[in-house]
Amino acid sequence: MITLNINNQDVQIDAPEDMPILWALRDVMHLTGTKFGCGMAQCGACTVHLDGQAIRSCLTPVTAAVGKKITTIEHMQNDKVGQAVQAAWSSVDVVQCGYCQSGQIMAATALLSSNQKPTDEEIDAAMSGNICRCGTYPRIRAAIHEAANKLA
Amino acid sequence: MNLPLNISRRTFIKATALAVGGLVIAFSIPNAKRFVLPGISDANAGEEGKKLPTPNAYLHIGTDNTITVMLAHSEMGQSIWTTLPMLIAEELDADWSKIKVVHAPAAPAYIHTAYGIQITGGSSTTWSEFDRYRQAGALTRALLVSAAAQQLGVAAESIKTENGFAISGDKKVSYGDLAEAAAKLETPKAVTLKEPKDWKIIGKATKRLDGPEKINGTAIFGQDIHFDGLMTAMVARSPVFGGSVKSFDASAAKKIKGVHQVVQVPTGVAVIADNYWAAKKGRDALKVEWNLGPNAGLDSKALLNEYRKMATTQGLTAAKAGDLKTAASKAKKTIEAEYVLPYLAHSPMEPLNCSVKITKDACEIWTGTQMQGTDQLAAAKILGLKPEQVKINTLFLGGGFGRRANPAADFVSEAVQVAKAAGVPVKTVWSREDDVKGGYYRPMYLHQVKVGVDAKGLPITWEHTAVGQSIILGTPFEAFLIKDGIDATSVEGVADSPYVKGTPNHLVSLHTPKTGVPILWWRSVGHSHSAFVMESLIDELAHAAGKDSLDYRRELLKDHPRHLAALNLAAEKAGWGKTLPKGVFRGIAVHESFGSFVTQVAEVSVDKGVVKVHRMVCAIDCGLAVNPDSLKAQMESSISFGLGAAMQSEITFKNGRVEQSNFHDYKVMRMADMPKVEVYIVQSAEKMGGVGEPGLPPVAPAVTNAIFAATGKRIRTLPIGDQLV
Repeated sequence: MITLNINNQDVQIDAPEDMPILWALRDVMHLTGTKFGCGMAQCGACTVHLDGQAIRSCLTPVTAAVGKKITTIEHMQNDKVGQAVQAAWSSVDVVQCGYCQSGQIMAATALLSSNQKPTDEEIDAAMSGNICRCGTYPRIRAAIHEAANKLA
Repeated sequence: MNLPLNISRRTFIKATALAVGGLVIAFSIPNAKRFVLPGISDANAGEEGKKLPTPNAYLHIGTDNTITVMLAHSEMGQSIWTTLPMLIAEELDADWSKIKVVHAPAAPAYIHTAYGIQITGGSSTTWSEFDRYRQAGALTRALLVSAAAQQLGVAAESIKTENGFAISGDKKVSYGDLAEAAAKLETPKAVTLKEPKDWKIIGKATKRLDGPEKINGTAIFGQDIHFDGLMTAMVARSPVFGGSVKSFDASAAKKIKGVHQVVQVPTGVAVIADNYWAAKKGRDALKVEWNLGPNAGLDSKALLNEYRKMATTQGLTAAKAGDLKTAASKAKKTIEAEYVLPYLAHSPMEPLNCSVKITKDACEIWTGTQMQGTDQLAAAKILGLKPEQVKINTLFLGGGFGRRANPAADFVSEAVQVAKAAGVPVKTVWSREDDVKGGYYRPMYLHQVKVGVDAKGLPITWEHTAVGQSIILGTPFEAFLIKDGIDATSVEGVADSPYVKGTPNHLVSLHTPKTGVPILWWRSVGHSHSAFVMESLIDELAHAAGKDSLDYRRELLKDHPRHLAALNLAAEKAGWGKTLPKGVFRGIAVHESFGSFVTQVAEVSVDKGVVKVHRMVCAIDCGLAVNPDSLKAQMESSISFGLGAAMQSEITFKNGRVEQSNFHDYKVMRMADMPKVEVYIVQSAEKMGGVGEPGLPPVAPAVTNAIFAATGKRIRTLPIGDQLV
């Protein structure tokens, strides 16, 4: 058994040590908001926060999270920056198929938590690890600026 | 607009009370009148299909005032989850905040009004459902008004409806309170639809109804299904298309903790485990010997050379006019060019998956699919069940782009085979590598074109040969999309092009090779290659004639007002002809597809061979724009999808194997490469077209035409890649 802290709760999970956090969340905890997209940290759909930093959960084993805090999309409504990002996502009507958006929101929240007024270039740099096949990029950019303005 | 319903001839509409209370409007087209695809009819259009209509409801009004809209189409990002309810809510005068949406099951009632099978594709949902969903709303309103008249003791004519209420003078009653009474009434014989001037919802930018759940992570995609006892499977498939299992050794796989079974299925060997991680480790440990079959030597470079050789011979005639030989001698100049476009994977963000639970006389499926019709038939056939014994639960699709509309029902059939062999409920999951390597690609195409022009530089002869696999061959769509050996989708955008048709002497010929590579429609189908060819070539002709490429198009398209409208609006908004920042150049392209007309203007710079797209200006004439904001989103989406493909994406083969595997080598658009996008809608009362695909075809040629303006180099092969470096 491994003890993880997920969304501010300690949970005991029965998972092998090499299991990526993604599958512990999805298949063991049934927290399915975090998505599987590529399995090799190429698309960002699996982005969660580990002690506030955006990480790709599909390649990070559960052992790397022991003693740290995992935060997922399910917790964003309780996070001040997460709330602003989600509100901006709604205001701009960003989503299309929606599959990548949990990861996009987690990446955007991590960005705005460390950089309160990102430029387009900084947004590009922070968000280019997150693929959206529907091409919601222009709206993501607009929503991040909107969230930044609301938080300022 | 007056569209009285002729219930007896055209449609069956029936109102019924549900056991749980409320009003259900069911609405279907009788089988006898319905267009049904050959090969589908025997299964879906039999006596069972005529038993109408429950539970084939389009609309349910609950006593709690909720209005549940059943979607006959799948939500895959295109916002149909919002657009179809808008149609019902408009006619119903519903309270928009009370609308709930669910995907319909696979059933005859939901067969596409034009395509004869339950499918979401061809950029067709909104126009094909425009009448059906509005009529369902209007009929429901009529019933509620009758019920209100009885309840309030007033004449029906005195009642107006607004925001979920029937109102007469100072009396008002909610739809929920009228639902049960309305369910007992006779359905009216005809309803009158609103005049466009009275629309309050149609034509207004409306926020997505699926937005909140896709923002907070609670939206359920196929991948997210879980119930007790559901196992996860991964399938080891042949590394070469058409290969088969020679033998396998599962001993190491079975030692992985969490692996329960290893079973052979027609497509390979499935490892069934507690979860994805165990299934993946099990599959990694599995040893399979393959019979590679006839495609073990497949090589895309060699294949392209074969195509090139083929193009020198006469193909089947797709379009012909005049006398090429005689006219050619009159040409002042001849422009010859060859264009090549690669195989492309759809790679939706959600890897393919399908959950299947089989019981003695039924099968239940959970998946994101664009084509419930064929999926249901395929599952029924495998299990020896009747189609109606197969229940399909459509979940949100994490992207489709055509990959989830497979007439061969590949990922559903395989998942059914896995669950059947395993004897337990199984979710079969594809990895990203499985998806990239798994086939059903946009086919590779080669076009060779020779155009003779007159003294003004206008085309007088157009000789065009296309070589590429047929998407339609071998599918149920063959009967009406293949004529005289010509797959209409192989030459769409060429054989019906206004440029070709406007050239007095022309010949479009087609070669349809068979290669062993499974192929499928990819966002915009044939237009995904034909528009690049046509709009690049027009640019070549304009330059050869020494004319501005916008003016040249205007001249050739002078009798095509919808092309012109899109062309002029985009050119105006882009500031065509006006000075650009130093080093930035423009390119333009216009193309008709799926009944809509789209122009893209690209602003591009090329620095040391590296192409940067700064801005795309798009204009579309699709007739009525039901939801202008989701239309704009689809244009943004098409630009991203088309640009990513044009710049970087290709699937290639060597020794029978696909050379790409994941997003590091099958490259797609990312944030940093996404230009600024502006979308403009032509105010149009013309026939409605689609919006999911038509934005894409002119993207690539607009960019390569701008590259020509910047560098003088003509890109004739996609992807652009590092051709200029």
